[in-house]
Amino acid sequence: MFRRNGTQCVATFAIDEVRVLRKVAGEVVGLLTDGMDHTDPVVSRLFPDIYPDRPDDSAEFRLYTEGELKTGKIDQAGAILAALPDDGEGEVRLDGEAAEAWLRAINDARLAMGTRLDIGAETDLSEELEQAVVHDPGSSRVFQLSVYAYLGYLQESLLNALPEID
Amino acid sequence: MGVMALPQVAPVEAPEIEEAPADDRLWVTVVWDDPVNLMSYVTWVFQKLFGYSKERAEQLMLDVHTKGRAVVSSGARERMEMDANQLHGYGLWATVDRA
Repeated sequence: MFRRNGTQCVATFAIDEVRVLRKVAGEVVGLLTDGMDHTDPVVSRLFPDIYPDRPDDSAEFRLYTEGELKTGKIDQAGAILAALPDDGEGEVRLDGEAAEAWLRAINDARLAMGTRLDIGAETDLSEELEQAVVHDPGSSRVFQLSVYAYLGYLQESLLNALPEID
Repeated sequence: MGVMALPQVAPVEAPEIEEAPADDRLWVTVVWDDPVNLMSYVTWVFQKLFGYSKERAEQLMLDVHTKGRAVVSSGARERMEMDANQLHGYGLWATVDRA
């Protein structure tokens, strides 16, 4: 988890955390680069229609803006990959700009995972995880839910480690 | 008598404001509630992107959370489109509508 150190946000990651972060950031990049499928609910969540009741206006706006938005999202996921230790566990130190990129990228990863996991307003994450473990402790759903929860804590810790904006 | 009637002068009125062209009328950026985004993150985005005070940003975040949506900025259409697009960059679910 992140803490403040001077002007930087610093975290020490275990090898499993580095692997998980590398994997989720890589998956976001993959999702955005492999010819995006707009019928995929994850893609619609990351690139919402700007005019929900006017599909033509939304499509026109998308035509001019989506490329840049997509590049921005790939770059922010890339900021995670760039800051992680190359090999094994290690420390990550983020200045203000990198911390912002991490926050945005973690959020994209959580949106993608939350959509796939069907997280709703009423979802109790620990209850959900408990049920999944009872069902099959080795399932991919258990892994995905734990990673989703972990990313939430990580994002919160990074927000708390940022200098106050006011 | 003998006094010429002055030409009638209409009372001075404020000049009528011409109706602004359609696209200069007021538009709004709306942020919708979302089960994934952290409340602290949404507050931070409002501060960061709009320069709102922490109090104002928190109030807007709570409006989104409790009412399902909140107007976060208003102005010309192009500016609202830019705001919504930037909010999408942060992963918030934003749309543009007429005020």
